[in-house]
Amino acid sequence: MAKGILGRKIGMTSIFDDDGFLIPVTVVQAVPNIVLQKKTLKTDGYDAVQLGFDDLRPKLANKPKTGHATKANTAPKRFVKEIRGSEMMSYEVGQEVKVDLFETGEYVDVTGTSKGKGFTGPIKRNNQSRGPMSHGSHYHRGPGSMAAIDAARVFKGKIIAGQQGGDKVTIQNLQVVKVDTEKNVILIKGNVPGAKKSLIEIKNAVKKTAK
Amino acid sequence: MSQQLLHEITKEYMKDDIPKFRPGDNVKVYLRIKEGERERIQVFEGLVISRQGGGVSEMFTVRKVSYGVGVERSFPIHSPFIEKIEVIRRGKVRRAKLYYIRHLSAKAARIKELR
Repeated sequence: MAKGILGRKIGMTSIFDDDGFLIPVTVVQAVPNIVLQKKTLKTDGYDAVQLGFDDLRPKLANKPKTGHATKANTAPKRFVKEIRGSEMMSYEVGQEVKVDLFETGEYVDVTGTSKGKGFTGPIKRNNQSRGPMSHGSHYHRGPGSMAAIDAARVFKGKIIAGQQGGDKVTIQNLQVVKVDTEKNVILIKGNVPGAKKSLIEIKNAVKKTAK
Repeated sequence: MSQQLLHEITKEYMKDDIPKFRPGDNVKVYLRIKEGERERIQVFEGLVISRQGGGVSEMFTVRKVSYGVGVERSFPIHSPFIEKIEVIRRGKVRRAKLYYIRHLSAKAARIKELR
């Protein structure tokens, strides 16, 4: 956990890589983030930089938000997140964090909020099988047995219908294919969680480093 | 707005010198083949039986009959492996996908030339 940037998912497309193969990429747009605050081990108990992303219209911002942003000489931000770790402590308050933080070939972990699917049954949510639709079965898309009879209760963690999606999801070890500083765009190989236009947090990979 | 950005990103990967061709046409596809260090050109000649998708990822399928065996190859239209595409003959067909050709023998699989 060290460096990171906030951005918006734009959508997916494909590009040709250096070997000439067509690869799927997700486009994440990250207009320069502003460092709003720095937290230090001495004052806060841990090291972190607080990043702000996406300007708010003055009408939408309340006074605390505006006041916090003016300390960093910038407009109030829609999304504010902390990136923990000491690697980004060289940034000063008010400084921009741009997409050139990452370079081509680097591995990243990408966090987002997955698409909400609502209240779904166990077939869609937990990949259970369905019963026969005909021959008088009367059992179509139910959750199945609730387990053995002598426990006289349902165990915790039993897979069952419920809310699916809308969770915070991190996908690890995705590769950065291209960084475009002009358009403020990062292209990431494969898919990232969340709907288009949703907030995406890109951090360098915890488990894998570039060759 | 976002679609426009995607278009701008993919634009640099797209070729602008692709000749006009459609299913029913006979084409020669000049392919770059890498053998170790050396590079050579191989030609795949046949009938275009489909074009599908759009933008950078548009694909087309070429079918030929080689020693009595039908061979089909699909290529991304903007692929850097393709040196060039040459249209030999324009065919007159009434369908966008010519998959029915697979079931036909050589004589029945003829396609009238477009004039």
